[in-house]
Amino acid sequence: MLEELLFQLEMSAPQIVLGLVNGAFYALLSLGLAVIFGMLNVINFAHGAQFMMGAFVAWMLLNWAGIPYWGALILSPLIVGVFGVILERTMISRLYKLDHLYGLLLTFGLALIIEGLFRNQFGSSGLPYAPPAALTGAPLDLGFMMLPKYRVWVVVAAFAVCIATWLVIEKTRLGAYLRAATENAPLVQAFGVNVPRMVTLTYAAGVGLAALAGVLAAPIYSVNPGMGSNFIITVFAVVVIGGMGSILGSVITGFGLGLVEGLTRVIYPEASATVIFVIMAIVLLARPAGLFGRA
Amino acid sequence: MASATTLSPHAAPGASEGGTPAALPPSAQGFFGFTRAQGIALLVLIAALIACPFFLYPQFLMKLLCFALFACAFNLLIGYVGLLSFGHAAYFGMGSYIAAHAAKVWGLTPELSILLGGVAGAAFGLVFGWIAIRRAGIYFAMITLALAQMVYFFCLQAPFTHGEDGIQSIPRGMLFGVIDLRADMNMYWFVAALFLVGFLLIHRIIHSPFGQVLTAIRENEPRATSLGYRTDDYKLVAFVLSAGIAGIAGGAKAITVGIATLTDVHWSMSGEVVLMTLLGGLGTLFGPVIGAGAVVSMQTYLAPFGAWVTIIQGVIFVLCVLAFRAGIVGEIARMLRVKL
Repeated sequence: MLEELLFQLEMSAPQIVLGLVNGAFYALLSLGLAVIFGMLNVINFAHGAQFMMGAFVAWMLLNWAGIPYWGALILSPLIVGVFGVILERTMISRLYKLDHLYGLLLTFGLALIIEGLFRNQFGSSGLPYAPPAALTGAPLDLGFMMLPKYRVWVVVAAFAVCIATWLVIEKTRLGAYLRAATENAPLVQAFGVNVPRMVTLTYAAGVGLAALAGVLAAPIYSVNPGMGSNFIITVFAVVVIGGMGSILGSVITGFGLGLVEGLTRVIYPEASATVIFVIMAIVLLARPAGLFGRA
Repeated sequence: MASATTLSPHAAPGASEGGTPAALPPSAQGFFGFTRAQGIALLVLIAALIACPFFLYPQFLMKLLCFALFACAFNLLIGYVGLLSFGHAAYFGMGSYIAAHAAKVWGLTPELSILLGGVAGAAFGLVFGWIAIRRAGIYFAMITLALAQMVYFFCLQAPFTHGEDGIQSIPRGMLFGVIDLRADMNMYWFVAALFLVGFLLIHRIIHSPFGQVLTAIRENEPRATSLGYRTDDYKLVAFVLSAGIAGIAGGAKAITVGIATLTDVHWSMSGEVVLMTLLGGLGTLFGPVIGAGAVVSMQTYLAPFGAWVTIIQGVIFVLCVLAFRAGIVGEIARMLRVKL
């Protein structure tokens, strides 16, 4: 009996780790979406495309400029973040007075453009991106399973970034401004805070988080133009399940759902692609505002 | 959050000069609820339906009409209830698959197959609508998109859809067991009639007392509630109607083109129907038809340029949202100061 259980664990552990890795990306992406939505009231449909851009910029930095992974981890979010500033200033900022749905439609259009341009330039098949030397080599042996170092790094790094973002928003003066502006922007502006600039930088930060997730994802998935759009719809479901009210909530939901997805792949593989959507439907029936949302 | 806002092209403050709200009761308007301008436009549309097959490739026209019906069904929700469903590919695609399966495997006649497609669309619409109307605004869009993605994954794995291959070489069969649809012109007249019936049905729904309540919900949901209307029930019925007509459009497309594939249920199809309606004009009667015409023509004639089609579609999205939110028909209507 015990032997069988150990065997089961041995078989399922890699799937669970993979689930945690996916969960790390869900958490990072839904965190970015929540931060952007809080300030801009825009659901950033281009989030998946910006995730993909993050991965591609890392690839370009390595292959065209010789900048390795660690440099890309810093530079790529900055570059994509600047791109986000341009988008926000030239287009998205024109829509704040309109219905929120126009923001969704605009960013959907932007996602199509970005994805199409990359498809034109790089084709649909993936480009390889090797993980850095420090994180390759022999996987950690836990006795019952072999744990690839890079996957551990992704989960730890994503978790650290999520916690750091939470600390910035909840514990710093800047975060206090952000939260205040989310509640009542005109009042904060009346106190002399440059709210429009804060909005722009918030968008850039959210986009930067997506790009960072993209760099982390580059060595795991092949770098290809469609990698973001496959992710983003699942992340929307994650956001609906968690509710966008709380930062920590989206982090917990992201990791939790990744884990559930991994477990489903062990128990009933056919359902692994749909389980998150089924959970979303159940959560909506039981608690329409989402697990951590405010109605 | 109470984001029961309306998606009207004139939502910007002080930009409501072109918006003639449907305040007139149906009886005060012309024949069958059409205003004079709409009546003229309808006659032009019918004339075009009759004349076009003599100038243009019928296969292309039939595809266009199926997508035009799809876009009209979608517009019923966004234009008249203010709900942005970002997952209408699910109903279109399921309609397409079910009709294809019924015609090919069960050997049903084309009209029954298409009807079954519509039933499938409506059934999915009933379940998904029931789940999604718990939230409004932007969440509604995300939920419908996510549910449609679930249908996509289901279709990817279910044996009857044949996965990546799709259902191929679907027989067109004999309409009512009598008329041979293998002749392109016969098929064209059938699809044209189906489109026209669907178009008039949607118009009738909008101009019924039921449709007037839908408009009231779009304009001010709390007020409609306070007047005693169960707004969720109205929204759900509108959703089911829209999904059912989308299913019929999908079924007709499968029988016409002879193939039902994963493209029909993919999220990009949901995006395309949004684009057609947005480009033609949200909440206009003829906008979705014009928009579908523009998008399908573009796909057909730009097909050799590959990814550029996606890029151009994205650019049109951006331009429509930033510069002309009323769409082609909406802008024309504003210039002519009529309702179209």
